Parts: sequence; structure tokens; C-alpha cells
Amino acid sequence: MLVLLTRWQVIHLLPVDWFYRILTLHGLVALVVWIVFWEMAGLLFGSTIVLNARMVAPSVAWASFVMMVVGTALVAYTVLTGTADVLFTSYAPLKADPLYYLGIILFAVGALIVIGLFFANIIVAKKEKTYGDGPLPLFTFGLLTASILGVGTLLPGAVIYVPTFLWSLGLIDSVDSIIYRLIFWGFGHSAQQVNVAAMISIWYLGAFLTVGGTSINEKVSRIAFLFYMIGINLASAHHLLVDPVPSPSWKVLNTSYFMYLAVLASMIHAFAVPSAVETAQRRRGYTKGLFDWLKNCPWGNPAFVAVFLSIVIFGFIGGVTGVINGAEQANMIIHNTIAVPGHFKGTVVGGTTLTFMGATYYLIPLIFRKKISLYGVAKAVPWMFALGVVTLSAGLSTLGYLGVPRRHWDVTFGGGPFTYSFPAITDMFWVVAVVGGAIAFLAVLAWVIVVVVSVFFGTPVRGKEDMQLTLSDIPPADDNHSGFVAPGTFALTIIFMIAFLIFTTLNWGWLSVMWEVK
Amino acid sequence: MAILAPEKGWFHKKVAKDEKMWIMCATVVALALFAIMVLWHLVGKQNPSYTVYNTSPDEFYKMAQANWKKYQIGEEAGIPVVKPAPDSDVYVIGTTWRWEPVLILKKGAKYRFHVSSLDLLHGFSLQPMNMNFLIHPGYDYVLTFKPTYTGDFRLICNEYCGPGHHSMIGKIVVED
Ligand SMILES: [Cu+2]
Repeated sequence: MLVLLTRWQVIHLLPVDWFYRILTLHGLVALVVWIVFWEMAGLLFGSTIVLNARMVAPSVAWASFVMMVVGTALVAYTVLTGTADVLFTSYAPLKADPLYYLGIILFAVGALIVIGLFFANIIVAKKEKTYGDGPLPLFTFGLLTASILGVGTLLPGAVIYVPTFLWSLGLIDSVDSIIYRLIFWGFGHSAQQVNVAAMISIWYLGAFLTVGGTSINEKVSRIAFLFYMIGINLASAHHLLVDPVPSPSWKVLNTSYFMYLAVLASMIHAFAVPSAVETAQRRRGYTKGLFDWLKNCPWGNPAFVAVFLSIVIFGFIGGVTGVINGAEQANMIIHNTIAVPGHFKGTVVGGTTLTFMGATYYLIPLIFRKKISLYGVAKAVPWMFALGVVTLSAGLSTLGYLGVPRRHWDVTFGGGPFTYSFPAITDMFWVVAVVGGAIAFLAVLAWVIVVVVSVFFGTPVRGKEDMQLTLSDIPPADDNHSGFVAPGTFALTIIFMIAFLIFTTLNWGWLSVMWEVK
Repeated sequence: MAILAPEKGWFHKKVAKDEKMWIMCATVVALALFAIMVLWHLVGKQNPSYTVYNTSPDEFYKMAQANWKKYQIGEEAGIPVVKPAPDSDVYVIGTTWRWEPVLILKKGAKYRFHVSSLDLLHGFSLQPMNMNFLIHPGYDYVLTFKPTYTGDFRLICNEYCGPGHHSMIGKIVVED
């Protein structure tokens, strides 16, 4: 919020050094701290309670938790004291205090240990047959994907932060800026893919808990998770599309075969999750027309609403902009403009964060045995947050297409040798972005209040009758009809595809009227 | 059932018709996107460059100075104004926190831009065209531009490079 109010020239709140400091912290907290802590909790949950198994080494889990907290504290300390004004990406040769890199390394090693523990838990559970003879449940399988990606993420993280740490201590002469960027994104982007895998696992879980929906074909869903494992680590190269190295053919190869494998996987999930809901609803008898099933979904259940909205936002905003931005030439339009944060407001915020917020509502009665306080507020949160994020993202994306840079304290270029004014219409989109940001901010505040009040002051859950979020029963069995099993979902995905194609065409159109370059 | 092991025979269950159609559709679109990127290199006019040389900040600075000397026609705001011959080489330097030189170009001519940084990363962002590239120290990035519009353009920096980052703005004028 502080960041937004500064960027908006009408208020221009923070002074320049504090703007970049808060921006650094914002990136780290939103992209790493909040999400990774949540995911580590999810991993331990998915490998013990879901599998009905035991925790292999609780003391190790605590140790890794302490490491992550200390790492976070170090990073926060260096950033706030002004010795690490390097932003989230800390691109060499921009240099921070060694403690900053040390903090990140500690955090990453802590997370790596949790992942190790997750593998250990699964193996022990398998041996002790706690969840039956068959393969892992889909939810845990999805988390397994996230963990494997997590290892693939943290290794490049170590590869790049360790030499950078040594360099900041003066033990190494220099770190090549392109190599840094290449490996950094092997860490930075795959980290987001971990989020996606974790988020989608929760989508499947949510579909099951709220309406009893099961993936219509588990083989397909699992293969899609496998695609993530194969595809994504190499695809991080789409961050380097307008860098001098690597070569264009390498860029095209990386952003097509490898990235599209992951994109394809996301598209498969985009069908599999809603169709799981649709088929469950149809079996309950909501078979009228295309969308009767959707109308009769549990809209009073905030966890369902969160999952539903996050699928829509992740697909329509995150997915569409992501795939277009990842095309070699189209990347020239938005690279480093404020459309980039606009894009990840649609993925990490509208997708992952919203999903995690919704899932928290199930965890409060389950883990803390407390009723959700202020239930009315809790119900409004997903709607409000989604509205705010969509507005914010639309505002930022449009500004980016008009050329407004990201990570910039003053877009009137005060103190520069020349002046430049962005098109007048940008004023309006700043207002859109600020209003969206304010709504999302209030929603987060409301969510935090709900969680804190519930956990510390909530009334205990005595039994089933106190559960506010319904756990769905399993719908009656299928009557084995042939043809389309989920026509409503099919229609929705086709609408999505049309929107995508329109926006893609626009981008290539804009590109074609620019200066020629090669 | 997301938290239970899948039912027996899950691996051999046939994929539903609509799911199959959707996956086909998505695959075709992905292949088409790949084809566009390749085709654009053949017929499109806007592509990131193939040409890059290794250099060092010192060496690049010397090359740029030599080039500017040849074509300099004045000075504006303490920055040299350079009017290179049409279809020749152009040198642009990004340093914290300025773009040099001011360029005067001719519409429709092709210029081989050599762009590099002498210190940190900088974002080469041409406004209001909104074409964006990333500039590294030690790499001579060669981008052959053909300006297709006349007018006053600005070069801004859109990669964070320290507290004066926002004041990093350069100027390019395109004449008929
Ligand atoms: Cu800059």
C-alpha cells in the first residue's frame, strides 16, 4: 500500500530511499516469506495428517523453522537499516551487506530441510501402509511435485547466493551479471512454479472438501503434474528474453517447448478442477442446462469461493498475460514495465495467496479447534480480495502497456536532464490501481483480524454441529453416460481460449507497428 | 478423491471426450504460439538481436568516445548531441544515472546501435514506443533499429540502479 501511494504521483508518499527499501521488503515478504512458510506447513500437513501418518522427526522440523525465522529476521534487518537496497532480485553487480545473502541462504536451507522431512514422512507412511496399498492421494502427489520442484528451486538458489555472498565479503572478484540473472531466475521463477503446484493441489483438495468433486481422470491430472516437473525449470529463461545473451534460438526453444509443456499442464488442470466440481454437482441432480451445477455450488462457503475465484483470476489474468509475456518478441513490449507486477498480481496474489487464504478457513477448526469468528467478515474476504486484486492488476497492466516502468520512484523524472510525460490516460489508470490496491489491502487486513481473533479468542469447536464450513458428502455414483461429462466446464474453457487468442492477436498487432529492430 | 488413494483401475480409465478435445485444443494453440515466434524471425520486423560482443566498460567507453567525436554536432544539458550518418554505427552508454548521447536520427535509415552499461544493469526503454531491452556491463548489445516515425523520443531506465534511477532519462530525435 505504501508502495502504491508513492508510485501514484498525486500523493508520492515515501522519500526515495525508503521507497526502494519498502519495495525490497514487499517483494521478499509477499513472494518468499508468506508463501514459503505457508507451503512448508502444507507439506508437513499433507505428509502426515492426510496420510494418517506420523511426523518422522519433529525436532528437525522445529530446527528448520527456527532457521527460516532467523533468516527472515536477518534479511529484514539489513533491508530496514539500509544496507541492502537491492530489491527482491538483488541483481549483481548491485551489492548488499553480506548478512542479507546469509539470511536468504539460511532461509533456503531451512526450507530444504522441511522438504527432506516431507520425503521422509511419505516414505515411512508408505512402509507402514498408513494410507492403504495404492498410490499416493492426488493432493499429496501434487505436493510431491511441488517438493521436487522445490529442490530444483533451492539448488540454483544456493548456486547463485553462495558465490554472491562470498563476493559481498570480498572473497570473490566479480559475479557475471548475465550468469547471475540466468541462475537467479532458475531459483526465482521455479519458486513460483512451486506455488502453482501447491495451489493446484489445494484446488483439487478444495473441490473434494466443498462439493465432493473428484478429478474426472486421475491419470490425466497426474500426468499434468509430471509435466510441471519436466517443463518448468528450463522455462525460467523467459526472464532473459531481451538480454544480450543467450541467443534467440535458445530463447525460442526455452519459451516454447519447455514453457508450453508447463502451460499445457496448467490448461489441463484448468479443465480438471472445474470439471471435478461439475460432475459431482451433476450427479447430485443439477443437470439442467450448461450452468445449473455452477449456480447451485456452495457459494456461502468462503473456502469454495476462494478456490473458484482464484481459478478464474489465475487463468484469465495470470495465465493469459503470462503466456503472452513469455513469447520472445512480445516480451519487448512489457519487459520491466509495471505490467509485470500486474501479471503476478494475477498469479501469486489472485491465485496462490487467495487459495491459501481460503484454505486457512479449513485449518482453523481443524488445527486450533476453534470456530471462525466474525464469520460474516470471513465470508466477504475472498470476494473483496478478488475484486481488489483484479482491479489492481488491470490498472497496473494497462499502465505497463502505456510504458510506465516498474520499480521507479518518480515517473515524472524529477532531476533528470529531460522531461517526459506518459499519456494523460495513465492518470486514470493510476486511480484504478490505487483503488484496487486499497480494496485488496482492506481485505487482507480483515482476513488477518479474522484469523487472529479466531485462533486466540475464538469459541472452541465442540463437534460437527459447530463446523461452519460444510464438509461435503460424496455424491452418488456415476450412471456411466457417454459423451460430454462436463459441458459447462468445456464451454468456460473455450471462452477462456477465445479471450486468450484475442489478447494475443492484439499484442502481435502492437508489436508490428513499432520501430523495426533486429 | 483428492485425499484418498485413487480407486482401482484409475490408470486405465478412458479419458472423457470433452477433456480430450480440450487437451487437443490447448496443444494446437501451444504449437501455434511456437510457430509464430519462429515465423516472426523470418517475416516480422521486430526481433531481439543475434549480435553481441564481449567487451569491458573501459574498452566500450573508448569506442563510444571515438564514434561520438566523429558525429558530434553540439551539446544539450551537458550531454553530447550526436547525429550519426544514416545506416552507420551508433553508440549508447548507460551509467548511473544518465543515458548518453542525445541522438538525432533519420526516419527510415538503419542504425546499428551498440548499447552497453559501464556499471550496473540498466533497462533500455524507448518511449513512447515502449520497446524494452536489458543492458549489461561487459556486453556490447548490437540492436539494428530502423525508426519508422518522426518526433521526439525518450530513453528511460526501467531496471533499478540505485536511488537516482528515476532521473535517468535520455533523448532521441527522429527527423524526416
Ligand atoms: Cu535504472
